[in-house]
Amino acid sequence: MGSGTSAQHHFAFQNAEKAFKAAALIQRWYRRYVARLEMRRRCTWSIFQSMEYAGQQDHVKLHDFFSYLMDHFTPSSHNERDFLSRMFTEERFPQDSEAERCCDYESIEVPDSYAGPRLSFPLLPDHATALVEAFRLKQQLHARYVLNLLYETKKHLVQLPNINRVSTCYSEEITVCGDLHGQLDDLIFIFYKNGLPSPERVYVFNGDFVDRGKDSVEILMVLFAFMLVYPKEFHLNRGNHEDHMVNLRYGFTKEVMNKYKIHGKKILRTLQDVFRWLPLATLVDEKVLILHGGVSDTTDLELLDKLDRHKVVSTMRCKARKEGEKQAEEKEQATQTSAAERPIPWFLPQKQSRSLPASPLRRGDQARRAGRSCSIPCGGAPGRSADPELGRRQQAGLGAPSACGAPGAAEPTQEEWRQVTDILWSDPMAQEGCKANTVRGEGCYFGPDVTEQLLQKYNLRLLIRSHECKPEGYEFCHSRRVLTIFSASNYYAVGSNRGAYVKLGPALTPHIVQYQANKATYTLTMRQRISRVEESALRALREKLFAHSSELLGEFKKYDAGKTGLVSSQLCHGQEK
Amino acid sequence: MADDRDREEAVVAEFHKKIKEAFEVFDHDSNNTVDVREIGTIMRSLGCCPSEGELHDLIAEVEDEEPTGYIRFEKFLPVMTEILLERRYRPVPEDVLLHAFEVLDSAKRGFLTKEELIKYMTEEGEPFSQEEMEEMLSAAIDPDSNSIHYRDYITMMVIDEH
Repeated sequence: MGSGTSAQHHFAFQNAEKAFKAAALIQRWYRRYVARLEMRRRCTWSIFQSMEYAGQQDHVKLHDFFSYLMDHFTPSSHNERDFLSRMFTEERFPQDSEAERCCDYESIEVPDSYAGPRLSFPLLPDHATALVEAFRLKQQLHARYVLNLLYETKKHLVQLPNINRVSTCYSEEITVCGDLHGQLDDLIFIFYKNGLPSPERVYVFNGDFVDRGKDSVEILMVLFAFMLVYPKEFHLNRGNHEDHMVNLRYGFTKEVMNKYKIHGKKILRTLQDVFRWLPLATLVDEKVLILHGGVSDTTDLELLDKLDRHKVVSTMRCKARKEGEKQAEEKEQATQTSAAERPIPWFLPQKQSRSLPASPLRRGDQARRAGRSCSIPCGGAPGRSADPELGRRQQAGLGAPSACGAPGAAEPTQEEWRQVTDILWSDPMAQEGCKANTVRGEGCYFGPDVTEQLLQKYNLRLLIRSHECKPEGYEFCHSRRVLTIFSASNYYAVGSNRGAYVKLGPALTPHIVQYQANKATYTLTMRQRISRVEESALRALREKLFAHSSELLGEFKKYDAGKTGLVSSQLCHGQEK
Repeated sequence: MADDRDREEAVVAEFHKKIKEAFEVFDHDSNNTVDVREIGTIMRSLGCCPSEGELHDLIAEVEDEEPTGYIRFEKFLPVMTEILLERRYRPVPEDVLLHAFEVLDSAKRGFLTKEELIKYMTEEGEPFSQEEMEEMLSAAIDPDSNSIHYRDYITMMVIDEH
């Protein structure tokens, strides 16, 4: 052990220490870089999501406002009463009989020059596959076949229960897909990567097939076609966008009218019907529950199984009320203590200075607030009423006392309506409890305790839902008892998120497959992807600001009493308003 | 002096605002808590550059006595404000970073091979996870030479920041 060696050791040690320190420094710096990228990504996401939900909030707010007007408008004459009921009744024509429905498509001629796919019923697997191929080649299905297909689809749906039961003993695997939102590329990709539907390959599509994307019609056609071809192996759940009121705002209605200029209205009317008959949920092996939104602390699967799902025309808030009951409720209001926290509708003067619905309601209060029975048809039921006598009475005007909730009535009870709305609109949250979903305006936020309670009550293992876009296309929460699956990749912008689907094998263990329909984004680095999405978000935000520039200027001016042209950081507050 | 105090108050107020904004990005349920795993991201987005070890110490400081997996804003704010006031965990300037790369590049070639980078990043210092390593490689690697020209890499990253 001479001094030479110890010097060498010392030197070596110093070098090692330097390398260690250098590496640590680089790592530290790199982690900070990544964190800042992540921050940018989150902010971008927030921008997109806020704009998406703000749009939805606006929609609900507007709906609330008009409902309120209708509620508080007292018809002073027979004419006005008729007018009111006609306003709510979407059916502008006398009730269609089944016979007339039959002729809806048969009378439509298909010209010889039509080069698109032609369907004949009963559909064969080849037809469905040919349909996918035709759409991939950007062909459009003729209105006659669209209506024919919709007619056959409804016939099939009517036989289905509210909660479809699927078993893995008959098939090897089950594939569950989430929101598609009119993005046909994603659907085609799923079929390409996972295989076409077949008796051995069960598919469940968990709602939100339409709106926002540009090929909602084509997606529906493909999904319905496969459902008719493989009725036992192809399942659809209703989503909150399978709703004509939502479609009015989010693009589906427009898409149909653009693509089918002559028969668009008829198609939309038929679709309204079809949507109402979509099942509400799917249950796999009695262990895995699949539904679009989520659950609440009052979700009752037995009730959901039994109710008449087609009575729920739309899950947009519907607050029609009866004449007699209005007075009764007003009396109730007077005697009620202020302990119950009732939000004042946004368009009325608020007691405190708050914006959208006051603090989140306890669930009980929300039930009480919404607890007015209805006799004014909301969203148009009469045409579908099983009881023609009842339908005639409803068309005549208000005052069908037994209309609401009674068996054979065309309206769901408030409870039934809420049960359905909850499962179509709710979102999971990290904290315990159950509170109103003020961001979306419908449904609730449910905590891990609510999930646990429900799973235990019905002896379930897993809840699969969709409804929320996730960067990776999927996300587990509530100790992996809830799985969100979202199948529309690049939903907010190119590169914003992956899509995913989940496969359940015989042991029911979930196996996730991710994808991104736009190949270009795969090769980009995280940094480039984030930059691009960021640009899109900022661009969208700029457009929104520009659209509201006069309002913004007005707000800013309010804060700038001195007309200096300068506004402090208070402007953020102004922007929020 | 009253002026100094005003100025300091203004600085603190500014910090509070920044910290709150950063915190809110990760406060998904709007209940003034964030997942403890996001604290690092929040801190770093505020300009700090702590090591993993320093981060762990900080988390211990802001956690509740009974750790819940969530950090509350009330606890986070004063600690973070102090850090910003004291200018703790400042990031190193570019040239120091460059020097660090040069230390690893003992032959002074101007680049590191992919294998060398992997070895250093996953075996030395506070090792990267596989994910971190892959992510860094995807941006840093020059596919033709399969090496990292660190001078260019640093320049590219720094431009990105601004």
